[in-house]
Amino acid sequence: MSRLSQLTDTDVVDIAAAEEAGLSDMEFARAQKILGRVPNKVELGCIASMWSEHCSYKSSRVHLKKLPSEGPRVVQGPGENAGIIDIGDGLGVCFKVESHNHPSFIEPFQGSATGVGGILRDVFTMGARPIALGNLLRFGAAHHEKTPRLFDGVVRGIGHYGNCFGAPTSYTDVAFANAFNGNILVNAFALGIVPLDGIFLGTASGVGNPIFYVGAKTGRDGIHGATMASDAFSDDEELERPTVQVGDPFREKLLLEACLECFATDALVGIQDMGAAGLTSSTFEMASRAGGGVHIDLDKVPTREAGMSAYEKMLSESQERMVLVAHKGKEQVVRDIFAKWELDCVEIGRVTDDGMVVLEQGGQEVARVPARPLADEAPKYDRPCHPATMSLKRDERVADMQADNVKGFITRLMPQPDVASRRFVLEQFDRHVGASTLVDGMHSPAAVHDVVDSPADKAVSLCLVARDDLCAIEPSSGALRTVQEAYLRICAVGHEPIGVSDCLNHGNPQNPEQMNAFVEVIEGLAQACGDLSVPVVSGNVSLYNETDGRSIWPTPTIAMVGLGRGAPAMTVAPGDAVVLFGAWPERLEGAFGLRLYGKLTDRTMFADWAHGEVLRTGRAMREAVAAGQVARLWPMVPGGVGRMAIELFDGIAHGLEVVVPKLAPGPLAAEDRPVGLGIAPQATVEALTRQHPDVQVVGKVLEEGRLRFVDGTDEVTFERADLARRDEAWARIVAGVR
Amino acid sequence: MTVAVVRFPGSNCDRDCLHVVEAVGGSAAYAWHQDTALPAGTTAVIVPGGFSYGDYLRTGAIAAHSPICAAVRAFADAGGLVLGICNGFQILCELRLLPGALADNTGGRFVCRLVELSRESDQGPFLSQLPTTLTLPVAHHAGRYVDAPDRLDALAAQGQIALTYTQKTDDGRAALNGSERAIAGVVGGRAHNVMGLMPHPERRAEARLGGCDGRPFITALVKGGA
Repeated sequence: MSRLSQLTDTDVVDIAAAEEAGLSDMEFARAQKILGRVPNKVELGCIASMWSEHCSYKSSRVHLKKLPSEGPRVVQGPGENAGIIDIGDGLGVCFKVESHNHPSFIEPFQGSATGVGGILRDVFTMGARPIALGNLLRFGAAHHEKTPRLFDGVVRGIGHYGNCFGAPTSYTDVAFANAFNGNILVNAFALGIVPLDGIFLGTASGVGNPIFYVGAKTGRDGIHGATMASDAFSDDEELERPTVQVGDPFREKLLLEACLECFATDALVGIQDMGAAGLTSSTFEMASRAGGGVHIDLDKVPTREAGMSAYEKMLSESQERMVLVAHKGKEQVVRDIFAKWELDCVEIGRVTDDGMVVLEQGGQEVARVPARPLADEAPKYDRPCHPATMSLKRDERVADMQADNVKGFITRLMPQPDVASRRFVLEQFDRHVGASTLVDGMHSPAAVHDVVDSPADKAVSLCLVARDDLCAIEPSSGALRTVQEAYLRICAVGHEPIGVSDCLNHGNPQNPEQMNAFVEVIEGLAQACGDLSVPVVSGNVSLYNETDGRSIWPTPTIAMVGLGRGAPAMTVAPGDAVVLFGAWPERLEGAFGLRLYGKLTDRTMFADWAHGEVLRTGRAMREAVAAGQVARLWPMVPGGVGRMAIELFDGIAHGLEVVVPKLAPGPLAAEDRPVGLGIAPQATVEALTRQHPDVQVVGKVLEEGRLRFVDGTDEVTFERADLARRDEAWARIVAGVR
Repeated sequence: MTVAVVRFPGSNCDRDCLHVVEAVGGSAAYAWHQDTALPAGTTAVIVPGGFSYGDYLRTGAIAAHSPICAAVRAFADAGGLVLGICNGFQILCELRLLPGALADNTGGRFVCRLVELSRESDQGPFLSQLPTTLTLPVAHHAGRYVDAPDRLDALAAQGQIALTYTQKTDDGRAALNGSERAIAGVVGGRAHNVMGLMPHPERRAEARLGGCDGRPFITALVKGGA
């Protein structure tokens, strides 16, 4: 930080300072061309932030546009704070998933907490009241020295923020792998409901309109957060600690209520969260979207510390802050609302028509940068790609698994952290605040939330899926499978999948193999989302998830949202039928269960699911659950039908008997078909199998609490107590942390 | 005939409480923390859950000193029905409208779970209509009820222990959070007209949410105020 720290706000910078700020030689030259001169330190800070990977998507933009983002229900696609989809009756569902990987690795509690805070603000700035939170987490191997502290801290941080803010965190997905030892993934998702005539966008229009700073004060925390998230880690990441922000969910709750009160008046023109790159990105983005300019007096910005430079104020990532533009003459309306909620609300500038972002401090102009060109002419790279050169081989572990028996397979499967009970994590989250949670993700493949006070029993559902393990083998097919799995999860709660938010977690884009994986992932996602008619309406990209030259597995996280009426009935009784949607899976290649029989030494094939079969099974599952013909249903998940049976068993008070074609690990472990395993009430099972010929009865609900697998000649039984090993798997990982 | 829902900055179950009162056919209105009086026509009060004032001091401690709490105290002293849920229970204890205090869970973690409860008393309007066992959700970080042993004896003798958690440790504490004598809720006031409980009845008072065990608490407020 030496060169930059020697400069004052208005000192003209040199190429060394530009490099330190993260600009390449060519980018620095481009900046000078746009300005018509050499920038000063404040201007350099703004430009470097806006052109960071995190804010500009410079390595990913050319590829992201391949994702389908349109559809008859889409109200707001990518490019705003969050996407919005029409759910009828004048309402929209507003949602987004976003990464907070780098800060969470450095400081797990605050890093993950502020990740939740950021995604909540993205949703409520659009005018939506958040009604559900979810997350997808990836940690290093369970036995890795850093994993317990990171896992514990991240879960506590997420819980702290959501619980205090008062939005239910109803869904989680957690897995562990060596590939994440040096870079964990914390992807946070928020969903809100917005009246379609009350949507707000991040735009600063109307010359002369006042610009307000609202929320918490600005401190020195989080400076350079955006550029940090745009660089790889080295082993001295501990030194980065001061750039992690501190979250205050209580203040965020006040900010939510104040903003929603403001939205209900006619005072507002636009609003934007101060997220990554803080005041810089909010002012530049609002001005460039409106095609105008803004004039900001930085002396008016409320600060926590005295003597902050203009550079620090522009780059601080202090949390719980917003910029809003009000209609001229409505200033007092805004001020009164924020005073009621005891939040700072200061007029810091006004909208202009000269297209410039002009910053003033101490009566002196400290920056003058054109807004539009900085956005339009942001660097864009089509980086070189090179496919990894590993050939796919036969998986030698298949034979080992086939030599095992059902008892051995299920017993090994139970304590696996990746398929363990989600109870340890979900119990630390308030899943019911808001009185909208019809079903949470504890025993269901997706969470379902009532749209309270809407006509009929309108409900929305959500799930988050990542198949990083498959993407590591074949990025395109893995991404395709990710979308298909998420799609089936939504169908399994009887809902129609209506949209997607994606969070693309990848390694270093300047590594051609990593870049190639990124491009292939986009191709897979584009194909799947196109085929299944689920538009991608929001998302984010997190690159440089690399430590000491080792990148994470390519991990596209898919957050899928569904729409339906109510939730699955969930109630079951002895004598109800166990039903299978589709034919028994057969081929073991790519099955999660193979991991129980040794480490993968080479890349091995996995079976793709046929698109037509996904559509057909998905439709049958959706119709059957929505019609009440199936009370509980699990679609194919890692761990196969064996895992699906365990999930069903874990969620009910009774027992299950499942009749398998052959009492061997094969049919219970294979994942080559998109099937579903569910429980159909006695009264409806006949209608179910008549209407859906692909559905077969494969067992029944037992009075006693046992899980029994049988074929014509033999049986294997598990007691409820056997579930304890699955129930405790996550708690065991953090057992030593304090 | 209005059920007043007290609203502190940081309350987050306020909307749920307003909603549920209306769902059982009552009418409800918010009372803002800086108000010095309850809304006109208030016949019962809910102090809802959340993180009042961020709970940066002891939970509920700052809220107990807010202007509206003086009005709530006067209302309770006059025999009015007051229900404190979760953070609201903590606030009523801080106000000394109810005995005891709520400390951090023994597990040191926030816990959100459906729990089985036993009704231990039939004293007063909140308990007389309750079944002997019920299932309600909890969601708290500081739900461990504590008080001196002699005071706990007195509570039991006076029928003030309202609800206990069914699952107990060997020494009689709640397995969930370490509550002494497994206490989940207590009643107070001269007519047992004040109640505090850690579980959330408002989250289980409608069929759409999977059960109605919480409904009697809400009906008591609506009817008792009529």
